[in-house]
Amino acid sequence: MTPAPALLTLEHLYWIVGAMFAAFSLLSLFDRTSRKARGNAIFWGLMAASLIGGSRFGDFGNGLIVLGLVGLAGFGFTGRSSPKTTSEVERQAFADRRGNWLFMPALLIPLVVLIGTFAFHFTPLGQANLFAARRETYFFLIAGVFVALLVAQLWLRPPLAAPLQEGRRLIDAIGWAAVLPQLLVAMGTVFDKAGVSGLIREGTLAMLPPGNLFLAVLVFALGMAMFTIITGNAFAAFPVMASAIAVPLLIDTHGGNPALIGAVGMLAGFCGTLMTPLAANFNIVPVRLLELRDPNAVVKAQLATAIPMFAVNVALIYFLAF
Amino acid sequence: MSHYLPLIGILLLLLGFALRLNPMLVATAAVLASGMLGGMALEQVISEFGKAFNDNRIIAIVWIILPVIGLLERYGLQARARGLIASLRNATVARLLILYLLYRQLTAAIGLHNTAGHAQTVNPIVAPMALVAAEKQHGPLDEHTAQRVKAMTAATDNVGLFFGEDIFFAIGSIVVIQQALAARNIELSPVDLALWAIPSAIAAFLIHSTRLVLFDRSLRRAAP
Repeated sequence: MTPAPALLTLEHLYWIVGAMFAAFSLLSLFDRTSRKARGNAIFWGLMAASLIGGSRFGDFGNGLIVLGLVGLAGFGFTGRSSPKTTSEVERQAFADRRGNWLFMPALLIPLVVLIGTFAFHFTPLGQANLFAARRETYFFLIAGVFVALLVAQLWLRPPLAAPLQEGRRLIDAIGWAAVLPQLLVAMGTVFDKAGVSGLIREGTLAMLPPGNLFLAVLVFALGMAMFTIITGNAFAAFPVMASAIAVPLLIDTHGGNPALIGAVGMLAGFCGTLMTPLAANFNIVPVRLLELRDPNAVVKAQLATAIPMFAVNVALIYFLAF
Repeated sequence: MSHYLPLIGILLLLLGFALRLNPMLVATAAVLASGMLGGMALEQVISEFGKAFNDNRIIAIVWIILPVIGLLERYGLQARARGLIASLRNATVARLLILYLLYRQLTAAIGLHNTAGHAQTVNPIVAPMALVAAEKQHGPLDEHTAQRVKAMTAATDNVGLFFGEDIFFAIGSIVVIQQALAARNIELSPVDLALWAIPSAIAAFLIHSTRLVLFDRSLRRAAP
């Protein structure tokens, strides 16, 4: 018997976020100041369509949406926008007047998530079947955003469209980097279907001399990091490296501790995430937002932490798992 | 030999990477090449790609935070963040960023990973603070130094997130580990996995904090 669906499913969340992207799209359409406004309008409109209607378009329809997003972003039809906002002088004056209370709405978001999560786990709320299973955090995140938005709106009294215009300013600064992570996860799935993972598995196994534990640990961790660097995502690397090396060699043959090997192996992959510009959320989004000139500035700042951390993770597996 | 052909997708990724082409285009070219060389028809590759993209829409949810943050920026959030650090006499880049590293690791470890980040906290709050702290140590910043401080702030956020979030047992990567091993008949509880993320978290805190202290020194040395 399948359990009854929760009152609020992920689909509802997609509608809310999709409505926001639809608003970004509409506001771009009326934007006469930016040359890229038309492209931005179509780009965010496609994101809105995917979020709101993705369950109804069928796989091929969704594929066409993805190709549309890629075409617009890849050939330079999207770009920064400059909706009307406050000047630096006005902002300083607001900041002087409101003081540290300005942090309060931003802090309300984690507070709501925290209280919601506690209530969910320690009161009957958790049994009420309100939210899609194991996804309650996302519901509390959205609730927190709405609470913060309401408080800010009542307190600061901005024009009604201000939150959406300011949100549009930020999303256009981030641009296609906001969509790349989802695209890369999808890429990993297709790679898997096309047999790429199997080939990588064959290749690594053929390279390893049997019986050398340290080398097996090193190749497992290195495989996690390298595959993550190439695909921009440690999640895609783990299933491949687990079935290629971790399970047959480290766990079955050498009797290693599976929980340790799994957890630390994933973290070795994260060292790769620190080193790849493909991890857009982490290494490109800040370049855009902070207006850094070198597109690899964040990756370069991370290398000297990522490399020693990689060594630490290899050592943890080698010395503690066996 | 022909069964190695799908690997051309990986080669395309590396090549696009090296030529600094748009990653969206490169990834899509790699998908189409690998899929078709792996024996799928074009229409089937597009469908698989679309299905996988659609199945992962949850990744887009985090952007819901932008309107609130943008609104607060409109009313001077960044200016206030700068003012707060300017009023603290002993603030340095290292002290500020070590504190933020700890905050990021601890909040990520209890499941609040989405409430901080580059759009949420780094750009509106922590980077403006770090620039003011750097000015106190270094005097007025030249563009190159300001860029280094901003990049280090973003790096600190990533390190804190990556080596904090896996301590929280209900996060995506823990589910990925659990499912990949369950497929090979190894059943693990999320809590076991989360516990083994702690040693790396401590090491990351020590290593990155040391780097931040050294970064502070280089700022002071470079002071005109």
